Amino acid sequence: MGYIAVKGGTDAIHNSQQLVEFYRLKDATTPLDIEQIRSQLRMAVDKVMGEGGMYAPEYAAIALKQSEGEVFEAAFILRAFRATLQRKYYSETLNTREMFIKRKISASFREIPGGQILGPTRDYTQRIIDTSKATENNEDIQKFLTEFRKGVDTEHLAEITTFAKVIDLLKNEGLLKPVDPNEDKTLADITREAIKFPAVRSARLQMMARAETGGLMALGYASMRGFGNVHPTVGELRYGPVPVRVKDASGRLRYIGKIEVTEAETISTGRTVKKKQPPSYTIGYGLCFGQNDTKAICMGILDTGMRSPDINSPANDQEFVLYHTEGIEAMGFTNHLKLPHYVTFQSDLKNLREAIKRSGKQKVEQPVSTE
Amino acid sequence: MVENNKYTNKYNFAFIDEATKKEIRRKLLKAVAIPGYQVPYSSPEMPISRGWGTGGLHVTLAIIGKDDVFKIIDQGSDASVNACNLREFVHQMTNCKTTYNTAEATLIQTRHRITEEELRDDQIYIYQVPQPEPLRSVERYEFKTRQMHGEADYAKMWVSLYESYVRDGDIMLGAGYPVMVNKRYILAPSPIPKWDVPNLNHSNALHLFGAGREKRLYAIPPYTIVDPLEFEDVKFHTENFSGTECYRTGYKKAFMDELYFDDGTKHFLINDSNFLDKLAEDMEPKQHANKYIDQL
Repeated sequence: MGYIAVKGGTDAIHNSQQLVEFYRLKDATTPLDIEQIRSQLRMAVDKVMGEGGMYAPEYAAIALKQSEGEVFEAAFILRAFRATLQRKYYSETLNTREMFIKRKISASFREIPGGQILGPTRDYTQRIIDTSKATENNEDIQKFLTEFRKGVDTEHLAEITTFAKVIDLLKNEGLLKPVDPNEDKTLADITREAIKFPAVRSARLQMMARAETGGLMALGYASMRGFGNVHPTVGELRYGPVPVRVKDASGRLRYIGKIEVTEAETISTGRTVKKKQPPSYTIGYGLCFGQNDTKAICMGILDTGMRSPDINSPANDQEFVLYHTEGIEAMGFTNHLKLPHYVTFQSDLKNLREAIKRSGKQKVEQPVSTE
Repeated sequence: MVENNKYTNKYNFAFIDEATKKEIRRKLLKAVAIPGYQVPYSSPEMPISRGWGTGGLHVTLAIIGKDDVFKIIDQGSDASVNACNLREFVHQMTNCKTTYNTAEATLIQTRHRITEEELRDDQIYIYQVPQPEPLRSVERYEFKTRQMHGEADYAKMWVSLYESYVRDGDIMLGAGYPVMVNKRYILAPSPIPKWDVPNLNHSNALHLFGAGREKRLYAIPPYTIVDPLEFEDVKFHTENFSGTECYRTGYKKAFMDELYFDDGTKHFLINDSNFLDKLAEDMEPKQHANKYIDQL
């Protein structure tokens, strides 16, 4: 009997759920510890939190474990969970000048206040596969940690503090485009209200903060390569924890904890924007959870791009950028093609067959495989 | 003392929190008040993929009550995999009774079909919508399509239908044929086949549409005029199944699936699984009546 296509659906999906769990566990290896994922797969956790739109390293680690390391899926799980939580407060504006700097670089000046701090980065590592990782054990880890700590000068630790920003230098000299009061006046919340176009800048930045890194990178790269006109200088890229505060019922500011963020301020080519004003730089802004240089920088590029609309370059087009870099929606819709579509297809089929008949032309003969 | 409530998160009745349900209900009221108008809404993430029925779920979960009887179909079938998954989710989150029986259901969620069995005025019909914007094929920008709807500027749409006719001798739109609601808004009826489109006109039931990914809700209230787009001389028509009959029941007046058996032979089977089951058991379900079916 031919007709079994999608009948018996319940059994099929239950079996499939069992099977995917089996594939996760079939080799009966030691269970991954959440703490291990959290500390040793830090970058994956950061990405999941960023795209999931929820700062919760532990839950991100659980989601990564549950999804066998599929970052899209893990971010999706986290976002679905986030949607069930009540929003009790809106935080006060983060002040990234208060950041405890773990990494801070500027491409625009040789020296910046506080110096260039590479911090933890793979930028200058040689991408040679390190086979010793295959046999790494606890002893090795302890040995590395002891050695590493020996090299830290504890006396100077207290000197590390917060640093002024590179853009402050430019701002003080009057090189930046004055902030357009209309541009940043409206604060949207894209999780509570569907985005409307043209979107205010706050909505654009929020959408990008939750967008998929690869998607942002593709468009940011396109803009730099020539399908756009933004090739910025990284004014400053910083990464580290910043304090979060909320207002309590009595209106007092309350510190509720720290989150780690990467912030990028990219400087566009200087030009005249308004006839009556002197030429100036515009700053593109990017901020995302955890350490993710690529995402923050590409946000900066696309922020600049979207502020000068140009339908000839996709990266300058709000609707194009924001709708299509939304990874969780894009993934869902792309994968929905796997769902049965035989009703819609039948409808199309009827149209095509009738159109062929109407055309009165001979059908294209195609060789039939005899295998 | 701060209570440690880690990992103790409990889900609300029908999963969505009450504040968001209220928001969705308000937006639905607006949608009903302006038939065919697309109302933007928050569309929170669901534990179901975007594009897999999140909009339909939002509507169902926002309006379902403890006494509702829930039916869900996908491609006309109650047993289709995604329908099974969503049914189980709704059942887990509400403990509502679920059914395959169209007549028994109070809420029916669907992907790509209207039941062959006629709907009643105490039933609500909920569509999963992939693309709520009927004008998207002629205008890519949301910013502009909203303006076009506002001004009832549908020239581009009419021209595209005309061009289709000139090129191929017919309006080559298949599932999701655009309709004019209440003589005002052009609406995407979700990808239901043309066969189902006439059943939206003066329907007894309330039809609610949820497009989760695109974050839009819209509605066709009961007894509303719904006209498929057509010209005075080039008319809308439904899929032509003449010369075919259901191989199990011999019935002719229903939307059919085209099946290929292992020996390569082609057969037709009624698509609506509950309607098929009822006919096979010699029951007489009351079918939608419309001028296209009546002509057969």
